[in-house]
Amino acid sequence: MSGTLLDELYKEIILDHYRQPRNKGELVNSTCSANGANPLCGDEIQLQVTLVDNVIEQIAFTGAGCSISQAASSMMTEFVQGRPISEALVGVLSFQEMMTSGVPSEVDGFDDIDALMGVAKFPARVKCASLSWKTLEQALDGNSTATTE
Amino acid sequence: MATNKSQSMTYSLDIEKIRRDFPILRREISDGKPLVYLDNAATSQTPVQVIADITRFYRDHNANIHRGVHTLSIEATELHESARRKIARFFNAPTSDECIFTSGTTESINLVAHAWGRQHLKKGDRVVITEIEHHSNIVPWQILRDEVGIELKYIPMLSDGTLDMDYASDLITTNTKLVAVTAMSNALGNITEISAVVDLAKKAGALVLLDGAQSAPHLKTDIQQLDIDFFACSAHKMLGPTGIGLLWAKMEHLTTMKPLMGGGDMILTVSMENSTWADIPAKFEAGTPNIAGAIGFGAACDYLTNVGMENIRNHEMQITQYAIDKLQRIERVRIFGPLDSKKRGGVISFNIEGIHPHDVGQVLDSDGIAIRTGHHCAQPIMSALNVPATARASFYLYNTEKEVDKLTEALNTVIEYFG
Repeated sequence: MSGTLLDELYKEIILDHYRQPRNKGELVNSTCSANGANPLCGDEIQLQVTLVDNVIEQIAFTGAGCSISQAASSMMTEFVQGRPISEALVGVLSFQEMMTSGVPSEVDGFDDIDALMGVAKFPARVKCASLSWKTLEQALDGNSTATTE
Repeated sequence: MATNKSQSMTYSLDIEKIRRDFPILRREISDGKPLVYLDNAATSQTPVQVIADITRFYRDHNANIHRGVHTLSIEATELHESARRKIARFFNAPTSDECIFTSGTTESINLVAHAWGRQHLKKGDRVVITEIEHHSNIVPWQILRDEVGIELKYIPMLSDGTLDMDYASDLITTNTKLVAVTAMSNALGNITEISAVVDLAKKAGALVLLDGAQSAPHLKTDIQQLDIDFFACSAHKMLGPTGIGLLWAKMEHLTTMKPLMGGGDMILTVSMENSTWADIPAKFEAGTPNIAGAIGFGAACDYLTNVGMENIRNHEMQITQYAIDKLQRIERVRIFGPLDSKKRGGVISFNIEGIHPHDVGQVLDSDGIAIRTGHHCAQPIMSALNVPATARASFYLYNTEKEVDKLTEALNTVIEYFG
């Protein structure tokens, strides 16, 4: 297997997040949460957030699914932790845009996340990468479920 | 478990000759990798003979059927009806009049659920299906249950994916009006013991619907010998085009069924007040049908007959056993369904421990290998196996052991890649 295209999808940093996910686990004092699923592929994520004065003090996820969905979840939590809701929502939009355009975003702190831009070339995988962001949006909106189907 | 016979295997099929009939098998995927097509349970590839018949229709005979007095219309009608006769012969239906063209298995089953079910089923009547059904043989019955109040019961599967026939005999009671069952699971490949199901149904006085979508392409189907009431299948899984399929039903049932769709070609007379129906099968084929599709379906039946269904089955058993034996030698691979190729068609569902099927499928694609990943439109099976999804390799008459070798090599690479 050579696959320059494949290496673009599975960048080392993505596999690193997949193998050692950040913020994986459960929070005891979460203030909002949401569950997300891609029923067709079998990706699942449960997201918990602790908000203090509109700032994401803590965030954690559990779940199972493909490497892209789980790595993207890990990266997303790393990015939004400690940020105000407004910045997290900018992240949601910027990530969506990156999945459509395939161009890295300008957002400060998106460093690892930019590695996911290769996913844009694999239409079947965009929903895997987007799941955690959609779930975050639902959690912050006060909804409890998200789906990218 | 059978031994690995690969070294001494002699095929009754000339696979290389067959492969030359399928131009798509010469195509390359990412970076010049030859296509290894192992997604035949989803759809099969199309031989030049079928493509030629479809093309010839559009080039030389295209017209609407059953209408004009002009030459093209007469030719088109004859081609369409001769396809129906070919298909009837292929499945040994008593008469081609009992063969209704549909868009595929899904429409066929829905036609039975709605045109027969609404007519004959009432609140409290039982319909028995199984846990291993494709969604297309589950959802129409759930819709009917919600509308009419029928009881919908499932024959459960055992751990190897075969049906729990002891449980089935308790389930198929005298208030059971229909047993609707797949002849072969699309997710696991296991072959249903149809005669056992038919026996139980007959004893209870119930009719039998056989979903042949997965079996018709791979096993010889003799409708009369099976002693069933309804049979559904799709052309695109058996070398034909998409968008065309078959519902065969006994004439005694067809005569009691009301048409599901009204329109052109299905009426005898229409007045402002009411209409009378055309004869069967036209009664169930409203509107201009998929004429080229029917012709392609007939051509596919011809192709399969020429190769011989027994030869195809033997080839698939050999290649499936070869694949099972090789996959079992890869540590971390778990195969679902029976391990004996006599009990299954050319379908192998598997997972690599710790690696999601989606990632498996993606890496295989970069090697030109096409497999299916996901729930295979059979979520109850996934729940019973307690997995969210599986990877599935499925074979057909043109697949070779060399392709199986490529699959297993690539799976080893997947394991190295994701660790």
